[in-house]
Amino acid sequence: MAVTGAVLVLFLITHMLGNLKIFLGADSFNHYAEWLRTVGSPALPNRTILTITEIVLALCVVLHMWAAVSLARRAAKARPVKYAAKRKSQAKGYATHTMRYGGVIILLFVIWHLLDMTFGTVNPKGGDATPFDRMIAGFQPERWWVTVFYLVAMVMIGLHLRHGLWSAFQSLGLTRRPRSRGALQTGAAAVSAVLVLGFVAAPICIMIGVVK
Amino acid sequence: MNLTLKIWRQNGSSDKGRMVTYRVEDVSPDMSFLEMLDVLNERLILEGDDPVAFDHDCREGICGMCGMVINGVAHGEQKLTTTCQLHMRHFKDGDVVTIEPWRSAAFPVIKDLVVNRSAFDRIIQAGGFISVPAGSAPEAHSVPVPKADADAAFDAATCIGCGACVAACPNGSASLFTAAKITHLGLLPQGQPERESRARAMVEQMDAEGFGGCTNTGECTAVCPKGIPFDTIAQMNADYIKAASK
Repeated sequence: MAVTGAVLVLFLITHMLGNLKIFLGADSFNHYAEWLRTVGSPALPNRTILTITEIVLALCVVLHMWAAVSLARRAAKARPVKYAAKRKSQAKGYATHTMRYGGVIILLFVIWHLLDMTFGTVNPKGGDATPFDRMIAGFQPERWWVTVFYLVAMVMIGLHLRHGLWSAFQSLGLTRRPRSRGALQTGAAAVSAVLVLGFVAAPICIMIGVVK
Repeated sequence: MNLTLKIWRQNGSSDKGRMVTYRVEDVSPDMSFLEMLDVLNERLILEGDDPVAFDHDCREGICGMCGMVINGVAHGEQKLTTTCQLHMRHFKDGDVVTIEPWRSAAFPVIKDLVVNRSAFDRIIQAGGFISVPAGSAPEAHSVPVPKADADAAFDAATCIGCGACVAACPNGSASLFTAAKITHLGLLPQGQPERESRARAMVEQMDAEGFGGCTNTGECTAVCPKGIPFDTIAQMNADYIKAASK
C-alpha cells in the first residue's frame, strides 16, 4: 500500500507540473507531450521511457487496489457481527473515512480520464487532435458536467493523499516520535492542497475562458 | 435519573444473541457504569431473571478486565477512562444507552458482554517477554537507559490489554495492543537480544488470530483508556520490517 502509493504520488507531482504548461501556451504544452514520447531518443526508440513508466504505473495501480481489497476483506472477516449502535468516530480526520469509497471514485475517474485525454474516445476532438486541443475541448462550458466530475475527483484525490501520504510513513515505521507524525500530517495536508490546486487550475481556467 | 438500556444478551457462544431493552430507575450520578449494571442485575436476580454477564475485577481502571461498547464507543465517550471508571454523571435522565460486547472474530462472546480475549494471551506467548536469567534485582544504575527511551517504554507499558483498540478499530485490528508490547520491551536494554524475533513472532501470531490489518485510522489510540501512543504502531512496523528483511 505504502510503496505503490508513493510511486503514484511521485507520478501525480510530475503530472501536475506537466499540466501547468497549458498556461504557457499550445506550443509549450504540445512540445512537452511530444518530449514525453521522444525522451531518450535517439539512444532509445521512441516511447521507451514512456512505455516503461506506463507499465510501472499500471502495476502500481493494480497492486495498490489488491492491497486495499485484501485489507477490506480481512476487516470484514475480523468483525462478522456488526455493532447495533452507530459507531461514532473518536479519531480526528475526515479524510480517513473516505479512503475506500474515495478510491473507487478515483478509479472511475482514471478510466474516464484515459478515455478522454489519452485515447480521445469520449473527447469532442477525438484521439487525433493535439493534446492542447483535446484539453481545451474537454473543459468547454457546455461540457460543465465533465469539469465538475474532474473537480470532485480531484477533491477525492486530495482527501486520499491527506491520509495516505503520512499513513505510508507510519506503515513503513518512519514516524516513531509524536513530533515527526505531526510534521508529516501537516506536510501531507500541504502537499495534498498544492496538488489539488495545481490540478484544478487548468480545467477551471479553460471553462471560464482564461485559457483558450 | 432513569435510563433505558439496550443490552446485548447472548446465552453462550452457540446462541445467536439479541438486543434486550431494560429500564433502570433511580440511578445516582455518583455510580460508576458497572455499579449501575449491578443495580440492574440485583433486580433481575430478585425477579428470577438471568443477570447480565460482564467482565470486571479491580474497578480501579488498572486491571483491563472490564470493557463494553457504550453507545458505539469502546468504554464510552469519556476519554482515557475504563468502563469501571466511567461515572453516571456523564449521562442524563431519559438517555437510551446501547451496550454491546467487543465485536471481533478473534474475541468470541462467552456470554452477554463477556468475550474471550485469549487471543491476546497467545500474542504475548509468541514473544511478549524477555528471556533473562531470573535472580535478585540488579543495581538500578548498572544499565543506563536514556530518559526518552525510558519514558516511551513506560508509556507503552501502561497498556492493560483491555481490547478496546480492537473493538474500536474499523478493521478489527489488534495493532495497538501488539505494538504497545513490542515497543515496551524493544526500547529497553533487556529487550534487545530478542527484539527482532519478538516483533516477527508477535505480528505473525496477531495475524494468525484473525485480527484485521491496520490502516492508520487512529480510532484505537482515541478510545484507549491508557492513551497508548499511535507511534507505537510505527515502532512495531519498523521492527517487523527490519526482522522480515533479514
